[in-house]
Amino acid sequence: MKPAGVARRDFLFQAGSAVGAAWISAQWPAVVAAAQHAHEAVRSATPVNFQVLTPSQAREVEAIASQIIPTDELPGAREAGVVYFIDRALHTFAKDSLPTYEKGLAALNRASSTKYPGVKSFADASPEQQEILLTGFIQEHGPQSAGARGIGPNASGDFFGTIRMHTLLGFLVDPSGGGNRDYAGWKAIDRDPARSFSPPFGFYDKGYPGWQPTWPESEKK
Amino acid sequence: MNQPKVAYQPSDEVDFVIVGSGAAGGVLAKELSSNGFRVVVLEQGPYLKEAEFSHNEVEVFVQHQLTNNPKLQPTTFRKTPQDKAQVQPSVMYGRCVGGSSVHFTANFWRLHEIDFVEHSKVGDIPGAALADWPITYSELEPYYTKVEWEVGVSGLAGASPFDPPRSKPYPMAPLPVKGCGVIFERAARKLGYHPFPAPMAILSQPRPGRSACVNCGFCLGFGCEVGAKSSSLSAMIPVAEATGRCEIRPNCYVHQIPTDKNGRATGALYFDAKRNTHLQKAKAVIVCANGAETPRLLLLSASAQHPNGLANSSGIVGKHLMPNSAAIASGVFEEQLNDYKGFTVSRVFHDFYELEEKKVGFYGGGGLDARFGATPASFAMGGLPPGTPKWGKEFKKVLHQNYTRSMDIFCHATSLPVESNSFSLDPDVRDAWGLPALRMTYRDHPNDLKMMEWMAARAMEVLDAAGAKQKWHLPIQEQQFAVHLLGTCRMGKDPKSSVINADHRTHDVPNLFLCDGSSMVTSGRGQPTMTIQALAFRAADRITVLAKSGEIPG
Repeated sequence: MKPAGVARRDFLFQAGSAVGAAWISAQWPAVVAAAQHAHEAVRSATPVNFQVLTPSQAREVEAIASQIIPTDELPGAREAGVVYFIDRALHTFAKDSLPTYEKGLAALNRASSTKYPGVKSFADASPEQQEILLTGFIQEHGPQSAGARGIGPNASGDFFGTIRMHTLLGFLVDPSGGGNRDYAGWKAIDRDPARSFSPPFGFYDKGYPGWQPTWPESEKK
Repeated sequence: MNQPKVAYQPSDEVDFVIVGSGAAGGVLAKELSSNGFRVVVLEQGPYLKEAEFSHNEVEVFVQHQLTNNPKLQPTTFRKTPQDKAQVQPSVMYGRCVGGSSVHFTANFWRLHEIDFVEHSKVGDIPGAALADWPITYSELEPYYTKVEWEVGVSGLAGASPFDPPRSKPYPMAPLPVKGCGVIFERAARKLGYHPFPAPMAILSQPRPGRSACVNCGFCLGFGCEVGAKSSSLSAMIPVAEATGRCEIRPNCYVHQIPTDKNGRATGALYFDAKRNTHLQKAKAVIVCANGAETPRLLLLSASAQHPNGLANSSGIVGKHLMPNSAAIASGVFEEQLNDYKGFTVSRVFHDFYELEEKKVGFYGGGGLDARFGATPASFAMGGLPPGTPKWGKEFKKVLHQNYTRSMDIFCHATSLPVESNSFSLDPDVRDAWGLPALRMTYRDHPNDLKMMEWMAARAMEVLDAAGAKQKWHLPIQEQQFAVHLLGTCRMGKDPKSSVINADHRTHDVPNLFLCDGSSMVTSGRGQPTMTIQALAFRAADRITVLAKSGEIPG
């Protein structure tokens, strides 16, 4: 079939005047304002008191999260307020994981005082000791189930896998999701928090001359 | 668009009740209501508007805001009909007004001529039930064009030498190129391939009530806040509602199509949000519930009159599931791409669309696209090279380095139709409404596994030619999770070997029509939504003719 009379080459040139930058419509600022509002709401609602975790559990959770994403010249889990995100998770979308946390924290604390007599809990250990403790804990309790791609609730009772997933979510989720305080997580991955962008986006598309056909007409199958 | 919204009573016998508001349901709702018919669309999920969409990965990926929730609707999986199925998430589909077109990538490839006539071209393949479609590419071509202009598809006509003929250019220019697109294009050309700007159902120019893409980067998996993604929600449903003849009724879970003593469908029986049951009466029923839920609904509608399920005299409802074969290779580059900005895909090539079996040792074909679509937490969980530590200083360092320097090559390809690959009702597991759960039986045809290996190797060569610092591909293994839900109520001429005819009418029930991925006879090369919508526009024309000439007995 050869539909009525428009040569392929005509299409090329008709459509060839590429729009350079994306349009930003009039409604866009309103959307940004709404998102900003949600963000503020989350910030002001940041609990002083934890709702699910006891103060000592919260201290342990923060210590573990800080091992998963430590603070260096870039913000870590602590600066992103991951422990608040996890507390919120444990009474919202991750309610089912609470027993996993309770058991896991208790086990890790026991392991800590066994290995380092005098150390009362994981959080009491030095950062170097914590790294050794966590490495041992993961070895003993099996590798976390890291899904190939995407995110899923971890119902397997695998404590490290669960807290790792929650830490990464709390570190990197859009702040409207209750984590990533002051975009600390996005600073650590070099993500611009703006909500719209114009090309060029990076190094490789800078100076791109536009798409050009390279094949001769005769090459068409 | 100021028409007051219409609301019908379930007892009002409307002209059409449409089950599902996704890629196909949205198009049919718009077309049939525009043609003067009274239409009720019943949608399982909620009615979310653009302003309610967020960038929140927890809501979208963990809480299933836009998709089926495996906690409420568990699915089971087994490899072969001899196995007992185990509970495990096995499908994902959009469960909101607009269906999967709300969260999809928006790759919009047409099928090519070959996709409609593979059986004639290659004959029988052992272990597969390849069949020709009852329609050809040229019959569907005007509807592909209609899709492009009506929903809004950006692209460059004639840019791929492998493209099938078309009657009109795209309505708008391609989206801008991304870093991954430039890298891919240069490397692919070096290897002698023909990359071209990806046709995408995302606006590069604004349309009334809809913004052009603002490159926010929360695209795949998310609903578009500015209506730039050409979902049914943004492109079709508002037009349907504006006719004043179409009601979109969300939170309605259809679980049976009842029939009368003459074997005619009387409407759709559904649970409302409070789990009360209603029968929406209609002269005709159109099921567009996707390739998993459409066959499930037919099987759930079994009765004394239809013991094997409705419209299932052939026994093939639910069979020949084709999820498309896929392979993903990833690469890390020296400089920053920053491809977290923008939509997902900007370059594609179709040089492998029709591979020569003698050369490669398997049957099939596909296309490769260059993409980066991983949102931050998803990337941290699944986007780093194999062997990267899972936590600690080194993990954080790699995450920092790679998030802005990574890209993927996604290979999309054919799945052969295998009869035992299917959706059926699980005999033991029930969902939160007490209905039998969806059971998936699936094992890739060995041909398709070979093809995926081959495709992954080609993608690795492209990354190599592109000068990737590091590259890897996901292991090729048997699939146990389906997103493209195709072929499970295939169309055909023979009532013994197909469920619907070329008009999308079921062979068995004269006022019951099916239109969605289940209608497809072969899988195409991996981007089904464009074809599902072209089929829906065509079905709407056919159904309108039938209804106006009194050929749909109610």
